[in-house]
Amino acid sequence: MNGLSKIVRTIANITFPFVMIFGLYVIAHGHLTPGGGFQGGAVVASGLALILVAYGSKWVSTKIKEHDLSLLESLGGLGFISVAFLGIIFGGVFFSNFLVGTDFLFGGIPIGGAADFNSGGTLPLMNFAVGLKVIAGLFAIVFVMALAISKKEESA
Amino acid sequence: MMTKRDYAAVGFLTITTVFLVFSMLLIHPFGNPSESAMDQYIIDNTVEETGANNGVTSVVFDYRGFDTLGEATVLFTAVAGVIMIFRRLKQ
Repeated sequence: MNGLSKIVRTIANITFPFVMIFGLYVIAHGHLTPGGGFQGGAVVASGLALILVAYGSKWVSTKIKEHDLSLLESLGGLGFISVAFLGIIFGGVFFSNFLVGTDFLFGGIPIGGAADFNSGGTLPLMNFAVGLKVIAGLFAIVFVMALAISKKEESA
Repeated sequence: MMTKRDYAAVGFLTITTVFLVFSMLLIHPFGNPSESAMDQYIIDNTVEETGANNGVTSVVFDYRGFDTLGEATVLFTAVAGVIMIFRRLKQ
C-alpha cells in the first residue's frame, strides 16, 4: 500500500501532533475528566492510523515493526496486572488502591472537588498501562492488515 | 409455503418482541433510575477512598477492577487473533 498524495501528507503532518496531544491528555487526565486509558488509546491509535494511511505501510514498516507493537501491548498488560498484584502486597486485596492517601506518587485526595493531577492513587498508573496496551493493540491490528494488503498487491 | 427456517424465524421474532414490550412497560421513567445502596455509597465515598474526581474511572479501575481486567483480556485476545490470521496470509 503506497502513500497518498503530497496534500494528504501535509495535512496529516499538521493534524498529527494535535491528535497525539489530545489522546495523551485524555489518558493522563483519566482520573479527572471524562475518558481514560481505553478512550485516549483509541484516539492515539487513530492518529497513528492517519500516518499509516497517508504515508503507506512500506514507509511505516521501516520505522516500527509489528513485533515491537506486540511487545508494547504485552508490556501494558503486564503493567496493569502487576499494579493489581501490588495491591495484594501493600493493600491486602487484589486491585487495592494502596497509593491513595500516601505522600508517594499520585497520593493526594482532592478536597472540595478541586481537580488535582497528583491524586487518584493507582488509577493513573492503570490508565497509563491500559493506554499503552490500547495504543499498541489497535495500531497493531491496522498495521498488520495494511502489511497483508501490500504483500498481496506485490504478489498480484 | 413456509419452510422450517421461516417458522423458526417467526418464533424467534415473536419471543423477542414479547420480551422487548414487557421490558419497555417495566422500564423506569427517564431520569429516575432505580435507587440502590451501592450507587449512593460510590457517590458518597469515591473521592475519599480513591482520590479521583472522576467517579466513572474510580469504578472502572478500582471498585470494578476485575471488569477492566476482562476487557483488557478481550482486547489482547482480539489482537492476538488478528495478528495470527494475517501473519499466515503474509507468507
